[in-house]
Amino acid sequence: MATTTTESVTTAGRRRRGGAAPRLQAGTAGTRRKGRRLDPLFLAFLLPTLVLFTLAITLPAVMGIVLSFTNSVGFGEFRFTGLTNYVAVFSDPAILQAYLFTIGFSLVTVIVVNAVAFLLAIALTSKVRGKIALRAVFVLPMVISGIVIAYVFSFLFANSLPALASAIGFAPLEQSILANPDLAWIAIVVVTAWQAIPSTLLIYIAGVLSIPGEVYEAAALDGASSWRQLISITAPLTAGYILINLVIGFKNFLNSYDIIVGLTDGGPGTSTTSVAMSIFKGFNGGDYAYQMANATIFFVIAVVIAVIQLRATRGKAAL
Amino acid sequence: MTMQAPLRPGTTATGSIRSVDADRNAGGRSAGRRGGVANWPVTIVLVVCALSVLVPLYVTVTMAFKTTSQAVDGNAFSLPAPFSVDGFVQAWQLTDFPRAFGVSVLVAAITVAGTILLASFTAYAIARNWDRRLFRWSFFYLLAAMFLPFPVLALSQVKLTGLAHLDNPIGVAILHVMFQLSFSVLLFTAFLRSIPAELEESARIDGASTGQVFWRLVFPLLAPMSATVGIFAFLASWNDFVMPSLITSDPALQTLPVLQQMFQTQFSNNYNVSFASYLMAMAPAIIVYLVTQRWVMAGVTQGAIK
Repeated sequence: MATTTTESVTTAGRRRRGGAAPRLQAGTAGTRRKGRRLDPLFLAFLLPTLVLFTLAITLPAVMGIVLSFTNSVGFGEFRFTGLTNYVAVFSDPAILQAYLFTIGFSLVTVIVVNAVAFLLAIALTSKVRGKIALRAVFVLPMVISGIVIAYVFSFLFANSLPALASAIGFAPLEQSILANPDLAWIAIVVVTAWQAIPSTLLIYIAGVLSIPGEVYEAAALDGASSWRQLISITAPLTAGYILINLVIGFKNFLNSYDIIVGLTDGGPGTSTTSVAMSIFKGFNGGDYAYQMANATIFFVIAVVIAVIQLRATRGKAAL
Repeated sequence: MTMQAPLRPGTTATGSIRSVDADRNAGGRSAGRRGGVANWPVTIVLVVCALSVLVPLYVTVTMAFKTTSQAVDGNAFSLPAPFSVDGFVQAWQLTDFPRAFGVSVLVAAITVAGTILLASFTAYAIARNWDRRLFRWSFFYLLAAMFLPFPVLALSQVKLTGLAHLDNPIGVAILHVMFQLSFSVLLFTAFLRSIPAELEESARIDGASTGQVFWRLVFPLLAPMSATVGIFAFLASWNDFVMPSLITSDPALQTLPVLQQMFQTQFSNNYNVSFASYLMAMAPAIIVYLVTQRWVMAGVTQGAIK
């Protein structure tokens, strides 16, 4: 605040002095594109972020990757052991299962979340009553802690849903689905989607609203049905938003941890153990370097999937 | 005219609270909007969908106000028969609520301020120097972190924050800012690119320095995006479980979400106490949301229109 006031004073002062300074500035602005001098302030704006980011993100990442080639237990001395950890990780059935579960779960969830959020966005921008209130309700799950809402849902899945199922005589749900190794993942998808839809929805609403109304008017004049408008106008014109939502969503779901801890804690057995959980469990068990190898593989997979996803969506956007 | 430029964005930023619906009518899909006929089937479907959001919250509130004996009967949907606040009293004491609340507020406040300032500085530097390699590469460097899974970093971060004596809420807040950067810089940069260069050039012709252009023109213009970035930073920080649980070594400095674990292990049958505690952990975020939701929506909407 204080700086703003001083700055406004100096601006006024400079303006009163008139002539020379403004004309110089105008000259600089004119030749902006070529050989413009770099204002040191831009460096002052950029460098602190780069330094902090490197210390807080890049350094730990590099440390983790380097230590994955050692026998470190997380502290004390260690020596390099080559690919030993990686060989062990690849032949560990528990970790392979965690990968299958995590990738399958993320695929299902990203599809569910984006389909529901996209349709909700279209519905919420159409001519419905109580639009403001409805939007407020749909965004609400976004503001609730994952671990806390998972605890609430675990109560519902363990107590209320079976009670409801036996009341209407629907046998498959009379047992808690959290205790069923084949069904527990559905509960995790439901709660993850419940929480992830709002932010996805907000981005889609912004996307749908960014399309000028004239485009739809022109399409309506040409006799395009609402379905045709959705496929030929709304979807392609919001491709950028779809891309952002898919990448962010998938990346988040791959890291799923809180909600699984709150719902099943990886069980029954290890049927819903995510990669993140297997890595964190390794921390407690002291096989740090081993789990860093796991984490490094996880990182490579995340990058590969992101690249594939970017390519795929870009191809579709070009059509 | 030139003095007008820095003032206008400020007025739009505050005016936008009321202009959400005006915006929507002007910029949105106008098919049928003037017709005045509500789409009732879609409205009804939406209301039914909205119940899936409201029912879990309804259960949380009713369970919290039950007595322990009513809460264990297993009927989640019944109203509290004797209306009781015992759950809240016990949860308040068990979690040492005032202290946990204070820690959560501290972490969230640092995260929000840090994210808005650092991300807007960085995005401005990058967007206005896109022709320079350092800035262009910095952008992709920061963005690459969006694909870096947190588990890869976790234990190294635990060790490094320990070495730097940041194994406390301050360290958690710094890490929260770092994890918000990629997304926030992306949002700010996209927004900045859509601001016409003439606006800044005319300010420069009037003799404004880069700093003045940023604080008096660009930063106010960014206000709707800052609101969005700030809200997203607040929510990520307030609701985070994994980072404080790993980084903060002193259990007395733990945030609210982490403390809820105790109801799964030690007090697992006192449903009224645990739901009262869940409600107290959720409530601040819900209140902040109810107060700021129009800013969030306006911010997201305007960000897309710009």
